[in-house]
Amino acid sequence: MKLLIKNGRIIDPTQNIDLKGDLLIENGKIVGFDKNIEINDAIKIIEAKGLWVLPGLVDIHVHLRDPGEEWKEDIESGTKAALYGGVLRLACMPNTNPPNDSPEVTSYIVKKSKEKGYVKVYPIACITKGQKGEEITEFGRLKEAGAVGVSDDGKWVQNSEIMKRALFYAKHFDLAVISHCEDQNLSQGGQINEGIYSAKLGLKGKPPSAEVIAVIRDLILAKEAQKSVHLAHLSTKEVIPFLKWAKDEGIPFTAETCPHYFTLTEKEVDNYNTLAKVNPPLRTEEDVQAIKEALKEGLIDIISTDHAPHSSLEKEIEFELASPGMIGLQLLLPLSLNLVRDGYLTPLQLAKYLITNPSKVIRIEPPCFKKEAPAEIIIIDPEEEYILTEDFIKSKSKNTPFLNKKLKGRVKKVILNDNIITLD
Amino acid sequence: MALKQNHLLDIASLSKEEIKEYLNLGLNLKEILYRPIPKVPTLRGKLIIHLFYEPSTRTRFSFDRAAKVLSADTLAFTAKGSSIEKGETLLDTVKNLEAIGADLFIIRHPLAGAPHFIAKHSKVPIVNAGDGTHEHPSQALLDLLTIKEKLGTLSDLKVTIIGDIKHSRVAHSDILAFQKMGSSVYVTGPAPLLPDPKEESYFRLSEKTFKICYNLRKTIKDADVIIALRIQKERHGKALIPSFQEYYEFFGLKPQYLDIIKPGAILMHPGPINWGIELSPELEKYPFQVILDQVENGVAIRMAILLKLLTGEKTYEVTY
Repeated sequence: MKLLIKNGRIIDPTQNIDLKGDLLIENGKIVGFDKNIEINDAIKIIEAKGLWVLPGLVDIHVHLRDPGEEWKEDIESGTKAALYGGVLRLACMPNTNPPNDSPEVTSYIVKKSKEKGYVKVYPIACITKGQKGEEITEFGRLKEAGAVGVSDDGKWVQNSEIMKRALFYAKHFDLAVISHCEDQNLSQGGQINEGIYSAKLGLKGKPPSAEVIAVIRDLILAKEAQKSVHLAHLSTKEVIPFLKWAKDEGIPFTAETCPHYFTLTEKEVDNYNTLAKVNPPLRTEEDVQAIKEALKEGLIDIISTDHAPHSSLEKEIEFELASPGMIGLQLLLPLSLNLVRDGYLTPLQLAKYLITNPSKVIRIEPPCFKKEAPAEIIIIDPEEEYILTEDFIKSKSKNTPFLNKKLKGRVKKVILNDNIITLD
Repeated sequence: MALKQNHLLDIASLSKEEIKEYLNLGLNLKEILYRPIPKVPTLRGKLIIHLFYEPSTRTRFSFDRAAKVLSADTLAFTAKGSSIEKGETLLDTVKNLEAIGADLFIIRHPLAGAPHFIAKHSKVPIVNAGDGTHEHPSQALLDLLTIKEKLGTLSDLKVTIIGDIKHSRVAHSDILAFQKMGSSVYVTGPAPLLPDPKEESYFRLSEKTFKICYNLRKTIKDADVIIALRIQKERHGKALIPSFQEYYEFFGLKPQYLDIIKPGAILMHPGPINWGIELSPELEKYPFQVILDQVENGVAIRMAILLKLLTGEKTYEVTY
């Protein structure tokens, strides 16, 4: 079967391609693209005038809550939300119940994803057993079971010796080591950013220093181990000078942020709005600006969602009891497109931040438009405006400050191998 | 026109005019307390429920006394902090008590924002009787009433607050209330218990009306009002300061300061007092301390709060 996508803006970050033209697919595989492809026997033609045609997005920071918290999300609902968000590959974090610290849990995730998943799922396993920060997990057996990386996400490995051991040991197995940078001695009990809103609401603040100190330590250990560390969900301007320093020093690292950190400020938590409670916390306008500048400079060059579903049981309660986190899979594209609209990134750069760079972290070949590559394509309308209603959200949980707000930029179609999926 | 405030959640959301209304009403109602039979039928048939998720003697009895002077019925619900996570949720408790017939809730809760959370879901007025380390608005109002009574004004005063400013809901409410009424507030205490520099701008309502100070003597020197706060032993006092003895030595108020304290200044404390930590026991006998006047004014201001929220009245006509 032949499929021709006509007149789209074809963007493939793996080949530095950004051109107006056509993309031809045959039997679920890419044939090629050009400014104008004329064939007579195309079974199906998709008119893509005004639309962008990209390889599927890769989100390396997702909480699927499966196993153990399936009332919030499961592999089926989470990957459906991913599909609707244009995320065709995702890596899921190990803070499940039980945590993914054993090959059995990793295998469960791999198996269930193959059976029920709408998109490809790559498990990330724990760095330490039970995420307790005491003993490292069986990296080798976890890798064989399907893990692509290790992280104690939600917690920082406080003990520097354990983290150093993890970085060294991960080298054997070419696993990504992902750090949730937060010195918990400084942030303990913290609810929101330390600043005027912690004063106003009488809530304990999490100071930026908790993040910065953790980042610096992990960079130093990465240097010593000569093993790249991936810094997850950076949120504060205070880390930026140290990223610059690390780059100059040639320290191996990658750095990620999430759309909420370049879109929202701490103001969102006013009046004890638990939907805006997230870890690390939303910070100030200056931080938002600095994160955008860091993206522009390429000091941070990966955007992930930190998709963190919570039901009303965890959110419609007292602020200090509410769980931190917000969903993000269906917000990734519309919010990231603002970086293009506001001139921080070109469409091709954005595609790198959403496809190629995150793929490198978890050591996978990114989806692409090279000849013979399997079709993993999203067609998006960058201009379409719509309201993010509960119905539109495919996650089981609806916890986002953007609920019922207007968004711009939407996935229209997904082509996965032979399937053409129209998202209405 | 702004929406009528139907709760008393914090000083932050009150205007100067609204604060004045409470104070005038409180002054007006205080007279009832001196009658041979201190009881009026104004709130007869109203059900006021105390939801106290934290221990309290003064505040709870004060609100209860205020309610009973106004002839309201009261019911008390008490829960230890530890049962919050196990049993019924706060919201369910409130919904059930509403169904039983509550006309107003007085909430004390260890978590900041708990009254605000309830106010979002409740049909009846909510009074915040202290929420975590956030605010304690009725305490600030009674402090204002006491100062007004003792010093005749609320403007152009220098108020010094000493102690654990960072974790004190009384301090948070007082800092805003005094500035809103036109006075300046100076806070001092051990530096780890003072607001973080990043938080300072929230507490400063105008350029020169709020200052964080690191020298106790200088700070109390020109003060018209000195407020000593309780070191909360049960919460965090121990971990955040090296010892109570050291606190007393460097931050406690002692008779030796009487020479530098301005004549006519008053000393206040929200209670309960740790004698020998915040205050020297010898200070009790000096007339400049007005601590029990504060307690008495507490009843009057809480009568004002209940009356205003339950009837919308801004004045009280004495007719019987």
